[in-house]
Amino acid sequence: MSSRIKTDLVEINMGPQHPSTHGVLRLEVTLDGEVVVDAKPDVGYLHRGIEKLAEMRTYIQFIPVTDRLDYLSSMLQNAAYVGAIEKLGGIEVPERAEYIRVIMMELQRIASHLIFYGAMGLDLGATTPFLYGMREREDILDLFEMTCGARLTYNYFRPGGVSRDLPDGFIKKAKAYIKKQRERLPEYDDLLTGNQIFIARTRGIGVISAEEAVNYSMSGPTLRGSGVAYDVRKADPYSVYDKLDWNVATRPEGDTLARYLVRMQEIRESLNIVEQALDLLPPGKLECKTPQRLRLPEGEVYHHIESSRGDLGVYLVSDGSDRPYRLKWRSPSFINLGALGRMARGWKVADLVAILGSFDIVLGEVDR
Amino acid sequence: MSESIEKAIRDGFPDAVLETSEIDGVLNVKLDPNALVGVCELLRTKPELAFDYLADITAIDWLDRIEVVYRMTNLATNAKIVLRVDLDRERPEVDSIVSVWKGAEWQEREVYDLMGVAFRNHPDLRRILLPEDWEGYPLRKDYVIPD
Repeated sequence: MSSRIKTDLVEINMGPQHPSTHGVLRLEVTLDGEVVVDAKPDVGYLHRGIEKLAEMRTYIQFIPVTDRLDYLSSMLQNAAYVGAIEKLGGIEVPERAEYIRVIMMELQRIASHLIFYGAMGLDLGATTPFLYGMREREDILDLFEMTCGARLTYNYFRPGGVSRDLPDGFIKKAKAYIKKQRERLPEYDDLLTGNQIFIARTRGIGVISAEEAVNYSMSGPTLRGSGVAYDVRKADPYSVYDKLDWNVATRPEGDTLARYLVRMQEIRESLNIVEQALDLLPPGKLECKTPQRLRLPEGEVYHHIESSRGDLGVYLVSDGSDRPYRLKWRSPSFINLGALGRMARGWKVADLVAILGSFDIVLGEVDR
Repeated sequence: MSESIEKAIRDGFPDAVLETSEIDGVLNVKLDPNALVGVCELLRTKPELAFDYLADITAIDWLDRIEVVYRMTNLATNAKIVLRVDLDRERPEVDSIVSVWKGAEWQEREVYDLMGVAFRNHPDLRRILLPEDWEGYPLRKDYVIPD
């Protein structure tokens, strides 16, 4: 009987104003009943042309613009850009500054993953995780604020170091935060990780194999959830990561739950990294030789780091002047999102929300 | 490492390599654009090369030409390679490499959108960041920014 009922495919717009798209993202979804036949992301609503803006600014003037790309990981955006300048200019960084950078970068990764934890819960109908995540993230923002005065857009990294040394009391406060976060992580797990509804909504949903994830150029926790242990901090170590003891978090399953679990494990690893860096921080006063007026030699450089969202690359071409001839921002969110259509096909609309949530995209970085 | 990669390319495509250099220890190969897809297939499928990861595609406007730059990695060995092709600035066109790496689909669309390079045989070549009725290619050096 039912096979004689004719049903047409329905095309619907999800977004650009939709709470589950994490910003201004539009998905053109083709549905057969409740099943996703195709999902095409339409991006660019937040495009500001930052690569063109870079050509019109001096190297130093562009640092605050990087804060506005992945605005949940501004420290990491600073790091990628400044790292490229240092590599091309052969600028040395004092060891104390490198340790401070690692502390900031890993605190930033935790802060970003805490938002992911909360948003993932919200996407699936659980509101309390968001309050938990935001509560602990507040402690990290306090640490950032006492260091550089800002809570979101830090403008903290400089070629040759950072804009200022750690303030008095930072180390004590950071250690207190680490202790508190470790105590509270089991509560996070009680609330979401072990929750039967959450597991039912994520386990086995939106599976992508390692081979396919690599072929789609995916990176970050979204790739490591498919069992590929690719992390730029280990593959091409920068700063002082090679002096610290930590593990790359991976899960073999390739499903939505695996991508969630990788990030939860990364919070723990980052806490270990911050703790070690605080202990190994060389004492003394920070003295950075940041050039006031910076010209880079003619040539090009590609520098990449592991941001909260994956392989973040900066390709810089210099013609010898005081501003970039060409700057390319390889944003992991953008490239990961390219695989969404493939991963959502065949799943229900509600699963599409879960799968997109597990990508942890930031539209400021997708659209640039 | 660089020598063996270069040799593998030259063995497979004797006339394709126009120039090579090393930047930050990474082999850069300037290719004849017509050989691009073949070389990419070789890089990905030949077991001793196995460049399974397309890290980045971008383009530079040098005023007299447009250069497209491809960056690949072998995730197991962390070997890297950069391929470069020079295109006619008046009519920049090159074959798409989506058939080799799916990750190229969005990256080529971005290069098309912002630099105006047409990728032949691309499955869905449309603007991606700018609206579909946008005029011009903003990352070209002679682009005039509208008021």
